Amino acid sequence: MAIRKASRGGVPISDFKHRALVAALAGALAFLTPAYAEEPAPATPPPAAAAAAAKQDAEAPKVAMVPIILARELRDEPLPLSLLDLPPKDLGIAGAKLAITDNNTTGRFMNQEFKLEPIEESDPAKLIQDVVQKVDEGAHFVIVDATPDTLLKLADALKGKEALVINYGAPDDSLREENCRPQIVHTAPTRTMLADALAQYLVWKKWNRWLLVLGPTEQDKLYAEALRRAAKRFGAKIVEERVFTYDSGNRRSDGGFEQVQQQIPTFTQNAPDYDVLVVADEGNLFGEYLPYRTWDARPVAGTAGLVPQSWHPAIELWGGTQFQNRFKRLADRTMRPIDYNAWLAVRMVGEAASRTKSGDYKQLIPYIKGPNFDVAGFKGVGLSLRNWNGQVRQPILVTTPKMLVTVSPQQGFLHQVSELDTLGVDKPETKCKAYTQ
Amino acid sequence: MHFKVGIAALLGIASALALPVPSALAYTAFVTNEKDNSVSVIDTEKLEVIKTFSVGQRPRGVILSNDGKWLIICTSDDNIIQVYDTKTYELIKTLPSGPDPELLILHPSGNPLYVANEDDNLVTVVDIQSGKIIGDIPVGVEPEGMGMSPDGKVLVNTSETTNMAHFIDTTTHKTFDNVLVDSRPRVAIFNPAGTQLWVSSEIGGTVTVLNPADRKILKKISFEIPGVTKEAIQPVGVRITPDGKTAFVALGPANRVAVIDTETFEVKKYLLVGQRVWQLALTPDGKKLLTTNGASNDVSVIDVEALKVVKSIRTGRYPWGVVVAPF
Repeated sequence: MAIRKASRGGVPISDFKHRALVAALAGALAFLTPAYAEEPAPATPPPAAAAAAAKQDAEAPKVAMVPIILARELRDEPLPLSLLDLPPKDLGIAGAKLAITDNNTTGRFMNQEFKLEPIEESDPAKLIQDVVQKVDEGAHFVIVDATPDTLLKLADALKGKEALVINYGAPDDSLREENCRPQIVHTAPTRTMLADALAQYLVWKKWNRWLLVLGPTEQDKLYAEALRRAAKRFGAKIVEERVFTYDSGNRRSDGGFEQVQQQIPTFTQNAPDYDVLVVADEGNLFGEYLPYRTWDARPVAGTAGLVPQSWHPAIELWGGTQFQNRFKRLADRTMRPIDYNAWLAVRMVGEAASRTKSGDYKQLIPYIKGPNFDVAGFKGVGLSLRNWNGQVRQPILVTTPKMLVTVSPQQGFLHQVSELDTLGVDKPETKCKAYTQ
Repeated sequence: MHFKVGIAALLGIASALALPVPSALAYTAFVTNEKDNSVSVIDTEKLEVIKTFSVGQRPRGVILSNDGKWLIICTSDDNIIQVYDTKTYELIKTLPSGPDPELLILHPSGNPLYVANEDDNLVTVVDIQSGKIIGDIPVGVEPEGMGMSPDGKVLVNTSETTNMAHFIDTTTHKTFDNVLVDSRPRVAIFNPAGTQLWVSSEIGGTVTVLNPADRKILKKISFEIPGVTKEAIQPVGVRITPDGKTAFVALGPANRVAVIDTETFEVKKYLLVGQRVWQLALTPDGKKLLTTNGASNDVSVIDVEALKVVKSIRTGRYPWGVVVAPF
C-alpha cells in the first residue's frame, strides 16, 4: 500500500465541478464580468491594504490585531482510493484563510485585523513546542488539526496560558467526553453526531436492518461503534458485522477493477436479510468499492455511498453558493468538510470580536464559551456551543458524492432544548467533567 | 437548472385567458418564482393568479419603476437585471449588475437603481434609462438588504456575513456609518416618516430598529412562539403600513408573520401563513399584505385591518419576491 505524507500527496486535483461551473457560466453568459472566471480583482481592499490605508488616515483609530495560529500535524496516511479524494496540500488551511478574509471584511469596519499563522509539522513534540512559543509571544487562539493524542498534549502544554484551542480536525468523541479539556472547543462534528444524522435518515426511510462492514483501523472501530450506538438509539438493527481485512492494495494500477468486481460480491454474500449496508472506513481505503458491487442489491451508507458530513461542495442552500464561490476563487478547488470546520473555527473568533467590539482574548474567550454566543455558518440555523463539552452543535448534511440528500436532524426527532442535540452525545449522557456549567 | 419553459408555462396556460381588469380596488401583484424561472401575476381583488410568464433564471428581488410601467427583476443566475412591461409582460430590456444580484431598490426620484450583488461585496448603482453602471460601492460580505430613506439621501445595505447595516450617502456613494446587527441581516426598511430603520436578522432571530439620525439602536425585537423552536424563528421580510403604525415581519420556517406595534415595539400577534415565509408586500392602500411562502409554493393574503389570513394563492415553485402595482 502506498504510504505517503498526506501533504505531499496533495497535487491539487483538477476539479471537474469547478471547471464545469465556470465553463457553463462563461459560455452561457457572455456579459458575465470576466473577473469571475479569471483571477478575480478583489472587490474589497485586501486586509493589508485596508490597514495601510487606515494608518495613513491620521484620524483612524488603532487597529486591533488578532493572530490565529493554525497547528497541523502532518501524518503518514495511506492515500484514499479515488483520484477525486486525494488530499490537497492546503486541506483545512484554505478554509481558515477564507474565514480570515471574511473576518477582515468585517474587521475593516470594526478596526480589527485577523492574521493566520500556520504551523505544519510532522513531529508532534516540535509542533507543540512551536505553538507554545507563539502563545507565549502573545497569540491566544490556536486552531488544530492533529491526532487526538497530540491535541491533548498540546492542550495540556497550554494549560494556564490563556489560550483557546479549537479542534477542527478530530471527530473523536473521547475528546469531548472522558478526555475533555476546558481549554478546547470543537468545530469538527463527532462520529456520534455523524452516525446519528445518518441513522435518523435511514430510520425515516424505514431502512432499519443494517449490515455493518468495518475496516481494521482504530478509527474504523470507533466509527462502527458510533453506528452501533446510533442503531440502538433510533431503533435500527445491525443484523451482522463483517470486518474488511483484505489489503485493498495500491490505489492505482493498470486494471484492478476485474478483481474487485469478483471480491466484493463474495465478501457480501450470505448475509441475513438487510436493507442497507453501513460501512466504517474513515481512510477511504475500501469503502468506495462497495456501492454497486454487493451480492444483494442494497444501498451503501456511512463513510461511502450516502455520507453524513459537515459540508459538501455542491450545497447551495442558505447562501451557500456565494460561500462556495468565494472558496473556489481563493483555493482553486472545492470546499471539503475539514475546510469548512477550519473556516468555522476562525469565524467563531471573528464573530466574537465583532460582537464584543474587541480584539482582547480576555473578552473573546469567555464570550465564545458563554451563553449568548452563536455564529452563522451557512446551515440555516445559528451554530452554538454545547456548554457541557465545548462541541459546536450543528446540522449535519447527508450526501451522495454529487448532491445533498437531506439535512439532519430529521423532522420529528424532538428535543427539549435544541433539536440539534438529537445528534451526538447529549447533556445527560456526557462524561465530560471539565466543563462545569 | 434550466427549466425555462416546463412547469411555469403549464401553470401559465391555465390562467392565460384572464387579463387584469382595471378597477379602483384591484391591484396587480407580481411574485417571482425562484425555482420555476417565472413570475405569477395576481389580481389582489379576485385573489387569484391571472397570468404566469417566464423570465430569466432564478428570479428573486423584484420592484416596480416609479410610473409602474416596468417590472424590474433580479434574475440571479443570469447575473443581470431584467425589465418587463407590467401590462404586456414582454421583456423590454436588461440592465447590468454585478454577479448574483439579489435585492434592489430605486431612488425615490425614480432613478438610479441600487443593486445588492451577493457574490462580490458590492452595491452597484445603475442608471435605468441609459442602462449604464454609474458606480460601485464596496460593502460587507454578501450584501443583501436594501433600504432607502424617504428623502432619498441615505441608502442602507445589509451584509449577511459581515452582519452590518451599511449607511451610504446617495450623493457621494460612500458609506458613512456601519452598524453591527444580529447574524445574517436580510432586509432593511425605513418607516414612512424616516424616523426608524428596521433590519431583520435571519439567524440571529431578531429585528433591530435603529434611529437613522444617530444610528443608535432604539430596540432589538425578539420573538417567542409556543411550540416553535428558537432556531426556526428566522426573520426576513419586513413591511410597515402606510400610516407607519404597524410593522409585519416574516419569520421564515416558523411559518408565521409577526405583527408589531411600531411605537411600543410589542409583538401583538403571530399570523400563521404558508411554509418558509420570506418576503412581504402591502397593497398601495395598505389593506392587504401578501407573503411569499417558499416551501409551500403559495402566497398568503392577510387582511391588515382584521389581522387575519384570508386566502392562500397557489404560485409557481419557491415563490421568493413580491411587489404590488397601483393598478
